[in-house]
Amino acid sequence: MDKGTVRKHIKYRYIIQLFFAAVTNSYVTGFAAGKIYQGNLKLLCHPGLNCYSCPGAVLSCPIGALQAVIGSRAFSFSAYVFGTILVFGALMGRAVCGFLCPFGLIQEGLYKIPFPKKINRFRGDRPLRRLKYVMLLLLVVILPMTINNAAGNATPYFCKLVCPAGTLEGGVPLVLLSRSGGTALSAGGFEGLSGLSESIVRPGVINVPTTGYQIGLLFWWKFSILAAVILLSIINYRPFCKYLCPLGALYGMLNPVALYRLRLDGDACIHCGKCSKACKMALDPVRETNHSECVRCGDCVKVCPTGALDMGFGDGKLTKLNETRHHNAATARAGGKERQ
Amino acid sequence: MLRKRAWAGLMVIGAALVIVGVARGETVVVLQKAIRICLECIGIG
Repeated sequence: MDKGTVRKHIKYRYIIQLFFAAVTNSYVTGFAAGKIYQGNLKLLCHPGLNCYSCPGAVLSCPIGALQAVIGSRAFSFSAYVFGTILVFGALMGRAVCGFLCPFGLIQEGLYKIPFPKKINRFRGDRPLRRLKYVMLLLLVVILPMTINNAAGNATPYFCKLVCPAGTLEGGVPLVLLSRSGGTALSAGGFEGLSGLSESIVRPGVINVPTTGYQIGLLFWWKFSILAAVILLSIINYRPFCKYLCPLGALYGMLNPVALYRLRLDGDACIHCGKCSKACKMALDPVRETNHSECVRCGDCVKVCPTGALDMGFGDGKLTKLNETRHHNAATARAGGKERQ
Repeated sequence: MLRKRAWAGLMVIGAALVIVGVARGETVVVLQKAIRICLECIGIG
């Protein structure tokens, strides 16, 4: 592929992201009235992380749905949600994160805010990324599967203790809308992190309240996580996706086999290192093509001077990379930097 | 070739799981959860 003929879907990725986020959060009445969509479309899972308690959401959040089914009295495993994630993951891998996830879009928007020094490569970055697998196993699967209340239902621990998408898309608008509707909130709240046992006894889902929401320690805990993610997103590209997102962990595992993939023409690669420098997920796209952390943002494809990198469905035209040449070129670049 | 087979296998397993999940009635649980405001998700309960 010649330089300058970068595929249109990569070029217009932001428009695709915006369009998908708008369509899947198109229940305008919800924003106006401070309530959520209750139609049958919510049988379907959104491919990305999009809280189903967002006033505009018309689809279900796959991570919320997964915890709901695993934590329900009737089931201990969700074939439906795992199957849905498997299909999306096998088709697109983490391109879902790059193209279809509304919370990814929000983080990308924040990263565009100017800051003196953006930090995407630092010591401990790679080990820290394993944290999202802990989130997935512990908070999304193991705890909802094992800790039930008297009625046999479990708390969605990831949603409750961590998820900043729920706070931003659901919590903040609903609390603000309940206030603007003239329903004052009592300060102090009824429950915080210390009130975990109370929420296990009390089912965690109720209808839209008519008297406003009480906000307490739990809300401020989750709000602090959201604030931290927002601030970090200005400095670091997609910190939530890198370090915390359990959905990203699932799609990441499917990334190496996904149909939509990064393609490298090893013969055309001149080992200039521009793709590696451009990668905000701190990868070397040439050596780590289709790595579990690649969200298919396409920045590497855009900067490649020879068109050696491309992205699309299937393998396309592929030739193997000369590893020795690439390694030598990378070493020479590193040496040059040190001399400077 | 191996990757293509793995991909096809995952698609088939994924689709089969969706069908099994729908048949077991998991979608009812998903819908019941999704149409009510989840207090945990928004940080209230």
